[in-house]
Amino acid sequence: MDIDYAPEDEAFRAEVRAFIAENKPKIVADKRARGEELTREDYLAWHKACYKKGWAAPKWPVEHGGTGWTVTQKYIWGEECAKGEVIPPLPFGMSMLAPVIMAYGSDAQKAEVLPKILSGDVWWCQGYSEPGSGSDLASLKTKAVREGDHYIVNGQKTWTTLAQHADWIFCLVRTDPDVKKQMGISFLLIDMKTPGITVNPIITLEGGHEVNEVFLDNVKVPVENRVGNENEGWTYAKFLLSHERSGIAGVASSKRSIEKLKTIARTEFSNGVSLWDDADFRSNISDISIQLTALEYTELRTLASESAGKGPGPEASLLKVRGTEIGQRIDELVVEATGYYSMPFRGGPATDSNVFPVGPEYADGVAGTYFNDRKTSIFGGSNEIQRNIMAKAVLGL
Amino acid sequence: MDFSFTEEQTLLRNSVQRFIQDKYDIEARRKIINSEEGMSRDNWNAFAELGLLMAPFPEEYGGLGGDNIDMMVIMEEFGKGLVVEPYLQTVVLAGSFILHGGSEDQKQTLIPEIAGGEKIYAVAFAEPQGRYNLADLTTKAEKSGDGYTINGYKAVVLGGPWADKLIVTARTSGGERDEDGVSVFIVDKSADGVSTRDYPTVDGLRASEITFENVSVGADALLGKEGKGLGLVEKVFDIGIAALCAEGCGALRVLTDSTVEYCKTREQFGQPIGKFQVLQHRMVDMFMETEQMISMTYMVNLKLDESDVERKKAASAAKVQLGKSGKFVGQSAIQLHGGMGMTDELHVGHFFKRVTMMDTLFGNVDHHLKRYTSLDA
Ligand SMILES: Cc1cc2nc3c(=O)[nH]c(=O)nc-3n(C[C@H](O)[C@H](O)[C@H](O)COP(=O)(O)OP(=O)(O)OC[C@H]3O[C@@H](n4cnc5c(N)ncnc54)[C@H](O)[C@@H]3O)c2cc1C
Repeated sequence: MDIDYAPEDEAFRAEVRAFIAENKPKIVADKRARGEELTREDYLAWHKACYKKGWAAPKWPVEHGGTGWTVTQKYIWGEECAKGEVIPPLPFGMSMLAPVIMAYGSDAQKAEVLPKILSGDVWWCQGYSEPGSGSDLASLKTKAVREGDHYIVNGQKTWTTLAQHADWIFCLVRTDPDVKKQMGISFLLIDMKTPGITVNPIITLEGGHEVNEVFLDNVKVPVENRVGNENEGWTYAKFLLSHERSGIAGVASSKRSIEKLKTIARTEFSNGVSLWDDADFRSNISDISIQLTALEYTELRTLASESAGKGPGPEASLLKVRGTEIGQRIDELVVEATGYYSMPFRGGPATDSNVFPVGPEYADGVAGTYFNDRKTSIFGGSNEIQRNIMAKAVLGL
Repeated sequence: MDFSFTEEQTLLRNSVQRFIQDKYDIEARRKIINSEEGMSRDNWNAFAELGLLMAPFPEEYGGLGGDNIDMMVIMEEFGKGLVVEPYLQTVVLAGSFILHGGSEDQKQTLIPEIAGGEKIYAVAFAEPQGRYNLADLTTKAEKSGDGYTINGYKAVVLGGPWADKLIVTARTSGGERDEDGVSVFIVDKSADGVSTRDYPTVDGLRASEITFENVSVGADALLGKEGKGLGLVEKVFDIGIAALCAEGCGALRVLTDSTVEYCKTREQFGQPIGKFQVLQHRMVDMFMETEQMISMTYMVNLKLDESDVERKKAASAAKVQLGKSGKFVGQSAIQLHGGMGMTDELHVGHFFKRVTMMDTLFGNVDHHLKRYTSLDA
């Protein structure tokens, strides 16, 4: 056992820091801190900079454009990126679809899909959930009927994150309605420009537009856009979900949020004493920092066993559950620390934008972030579902 | 011991309930908060016609002779519709300031204006450096001639954009946080030297940042005794807390009932999700939190006329409950609704946001735990 960084790791860290300092899209970071809506270009700015450097996909195998970094280096990279408040490449292509394509895709798919994910030229979105099929994903109803060398797809996907910017969508569709529900599902790649696709916005409670309904009406999809075998999509879907979960501990970003919390606590006064010097508030900060340390070491243990060749197992659910709970708790504390100035709403009706920011700069958008982050215990398999998975798959209950 | 309501109170509840059902579903509310003004003058007139604006005031000032319990009943029903119109600011807070601090003259002239729906108030008390300490004031009122000159800054004045008049706390003497030296004034919002920056809040209300620059007021603008206002301020905000708790009860009931209803009808894995035991337990906890909140709301409303210490303890205790129950019930409601809970379209998110901000308003859990501790002998 050894948790010290070797000198070459420290040198790597310095290199990463310098790269971030030089290439970080500053305007985007400011916008995000205020909770402002980002454009497609905003989302891609950092991804493109990393791509130029050859650092867009540290987790990928070298043959597909990965960096070949050690586990420690990847960890350092993640940490520094979070500290630098950059927006990592969107997960839908990079961390969800790409592993599926690498494991199950045809050679043609590998050649077509992976380079464009790497470069950020094609934006993917995830078409899993449907109005009637959330936690019970396998009950999905969107159906694909084979006609010659095409599938004709009909149905509705929902909660599709950032579909408004997406070029392509990967979808789970039902290709055999007559077998056990998990057995009749296929995995299709669909061009969003295909006639018959309509995207409608869903506004979330804090006022943002990040999710959508996607309607598919007689959408023609070439058979070669199916990943793997017909009716075996559920296997690939589950493979993908395990990758979705492992990234979600969010240790580095929670660390950054705790730093923000500390800054606020040092600035906010009650009875002439800063919250930082208030024993009660301070112990809240300590408590969440300790919880985060436990999660960090749990994640490191998981990473170590992953690098020893084991894939992310059902333990990844632990990272998802605790990671989201901790993130949500920090949001709560940030709102608490901010006090009355958590109330102003920049995105509200009849707003004169000259009025903002109201109160200290750090107050902008804190309540919106808290409200919006309630999603994290719902999506990617809700925390109830994650606990069910651990009960069954880990504890054998 | 009697926790029943009088016949008048039941009638009052029914009439508010009917109003909310007919006029205040989530779509109607959405229209109101998205309108230029952000509140409905028609609704305010309707409140006047229904007698809600006069309900808690003594008859000699144009009121209906009701009491805290009437206020509680109205606020609870308002909580079920997330009413945005400034009843809490105008009737509960400003009304109580005038009733408990005003001279006979002030009561005779000012209360009928409120009861009749002619004047809307906002209360300008919080300052950026003061957090929840009502005595932490840098806004100053200096004697000049017969009256006073006010200078200072007030933060997040809820209902500020709609107000005709402001109740303003200011320091007439003493240091920044001294108990002595706090005075309360009534200031016309249109007075020279009052300037505002208006904006919406995350829970559907409107608020203002207000600057006072050499604002002159007459001697009759002072409510209560010069420099001895803190007791009045604390009492009125405790009344405000009692009313806010009642509003919270209404909101928590809606959150809990809606969640139970949703889990009975939403099916996953071939059954209503309400069949999953882990969700059942969560909903039972929501129910228990809501019941505890209702109990604490009765408690504080019954203790508002007791000794200062008893009243303060009761208010802080109830406010702690509101913060904790509100957080648990609000978060659980979102969670159990899944993706639907995250939408702007469904009412649940709006209730969650309002309940969240109720914790901040008038001091959060941490603040009231400390206040309670300091009083508990
Ligand atoms: C902001 C956001 C972004 C999203 N982005 C995407 C996306 O890009 N692509 C995509 O395909 N999907 C996306 N989703 C959908 C997400 O995966 C689903 O919301 C999630 O799977 C839950 O499904 P549901 O919303 O239908 O809730 P439901 O499944 O109806 O669940 C409601 C409640 O019941 C609980 N529950 C359900 N079953 C059980 C059980 N067996 N035991 C105990 N409790 C249970 C849940 O935990 C939840 O609390 C997104 C969702 C959100 C909120």
